[in-house]
Amino acid sequence: MKIDIILAGVGGQGILSIAAAIGQAALINNLNIKQSEVHGMSQRGGAVMSHLRISSDSIASDLIPFGNADMILSVEPMESLRYLDYLSESGWVVTNTKPFENIGNYPDYENLISTIRHLNKRIFIDAEQIAHEVGSLKASNMVMLGAALPYLKLSPKSIEDGIRIIFGSKGEQVVDLNLRAMKMGWDYALTSQ
Amino acid sequence: MIIVSADDPSMHSSQNEQDSRFFGKFAMIPMLEPTNQQEAYDMIHYGFTLSEEFKTPVLLRITTRLAHSRTGIVRSKCREQNKLGLPSDVRQFILLPANARVRFKNLLSLQPLFEEKAYLSEFNQFTDGEDRSLGIIACGVAQNYVMENLIDAGLKYPVLKISQYPVPRKLIDKLTSICKTILVFEDGYPFIEEQLGGFINHGHSIKGRLSGDIPRDGELNPNVVSKALGLPAKQLMTTPGIVVNRPPQLCKGCSHIDTYLALNEAKAKYSAGRVFSDIGCYTLGALPPFNSINTCVDMGASITMAKGAADAGLVPAIAVIGDSTFTHSGMTGLLDIIAENSPVTVIISDNETTGMTGGQPSMATSKLEKICLGLGVEPEHLKVIVPLKKNHDENVLLMARELEYNGVSVIISQRECIQTAARKNRSK
Repeated sequence: MKIDIILAGVGGQGILSIAAAIGQAALINNLNIKQSEVHGMSQRGGAVMSHLRISSDSIASDLIPFGNADMILSVEPMESLRYLDYLSESGWVVTNTKPFENIGNYPDYENLISTIRHLNKRIFIDAEQIAHEVGSLKASNMVMLGAALPYLKLSPKSIEDGIRIIFGSKGEQVVDLNLRAMKMGWDYALTSQ
Repeated sequence: MIIVSADDPSMHSSQNEQDSRFFGKFAMIPMLEPTNQQEAYDMIHYGFTLSEEFKTPVLLRITTRLAHSRTGIVRSKCREQNKLGLPSDVRQFILLPANARVRFKNLLSLQPLFEEKAYLSEFNQFTDGEDRSLGIIACGVAQNYVMENLIDAGLKYPVLKISQYPVPRKLIDKLTSICKTILVFEDGYPFIEEQLGGFINHGHSIKGRLSGDIPRDGELNPNVVSKALGLPAKQLMTTPGIVVNRPPQLCKGCSHIDTYLALNEAKAKYSAGRVFSDIGCYTLGALPPFNSINTCVDMGASITMAKGAADAGLVPAIAVIGDSTFTHSGMTGLLDIIAENSPVTVIISDNETTGMTGGQPSMATSKLEKICLGLGVEPEHLKVIVPLKKNHDENVLLMARELEYNGVSVIISQRECIQTAARKNRSK
């Protein structure tokens, strides 16, 4: 068993929390993981990405080779296209539809969505909308994590435990919110398949 | 003693690629370069033993990918802390010439032993292969990219993994005695590749960053290594043209924004190219829409470069530095401009934290004025402003006045980082 995932988004959107939750879940399942990212100068507002590799065998490279990723999971639509070099022939693009427009030359939204639609395997999800229903827009990263789960071959229980571990220090309320967000994202992905 | 140095090939957030292995060689000390997280962990245990055995510092060198990655590791038993005691030779750190000569001879005598240690080290491994048309040397994380490709493509070249230095000649000989073509993968400078020329001269072909088979700059990754091995590219798609750059930005509501907007207006009547800045979130003032600063070199270079410019006749010269950078290495520069009354206006953009690294406490908080006065800034040219929209006009006037002053001015532009302020609010 081997999964390579590119996580993409904008600094501050919480992709490292997604990586941490999946990473914890993989450790609980006794799988090997390697997760790496680079966030350059300053924390927020810039494009960020993370490589996440999970395997039952040992993993050599921390970085995913081009053409190898089983999934690009993006919390922002334009960012879902930035790392297409990494996507494998059978790979999925799972992306949030809500744009994060913090630059003057952000592309035309209709063109952007239609470019993503041209990919063979893509899933759109309005994570903000679902997170809003859950009660906090901040949980949209966990909605995205949930939406990716049907493709990740990790047990639901282990992802729940992963979320408990990484948000545990923030209190039961935060854990519960993130768990509900993850589950709603999951349900959405299952019903929209 | 172990010194850990993380180099940043590709300069994800650095000003240069500097390969610390050259400094290890310069200091003539043993070096360790872990391949992965487990080795990094194990090498700390091993490194302390090595350091204590030879009474030498050991350099542990990593690069970006290892510094910014995580995985599960197997822990080993925690070692008891050594008993505190003075060294057997209490004069060893009095490096007067007579002692220094003795110490250097000692260091020279250890060199063959360091190399023998590296030769026998379990971190250095020679793996023979059936296909001897190419021999590979891979250092540190480069080994991961090499293995990823060799396994994937089913290639069987002999591979020499180097993770402990000085470069063990005997291991190099082992590889070069069976392979005529050697390909060297190193994350950083061509450190081993340069030395190989002196080790072997039997018509070997040495390939690497110097020969042009691997790009001279930039971090290694599975794709660069794949290409150097002559493997076909697996990339199916490229980034569509619709995707535009998204550089990091100052947060909405950041105090640096208001400081820069005021500064831009205050300096508008002067020619461009006179704002010397430093390292922190405020370095983003170099990008649009601000375009406020003209330099960012190293911690503390703002004030000293402004002094150089002022001495050369660029008046007024402006320095922009953050509060924690100021206490790290800006204070000596300030003392220098005060000593010579150089016409420099120093703006300390004080957000009361070390923002760029995640909001650690700043040593300067609530001490900046006292420090500046103590160093000798004239009280009438030490100003504190609050960078807020509502104070904009007033701040512009104050900055403009200080720019006209033909001596040292310090303007402390003080408002807490909005990230730390928000965090404090949440925890209330």
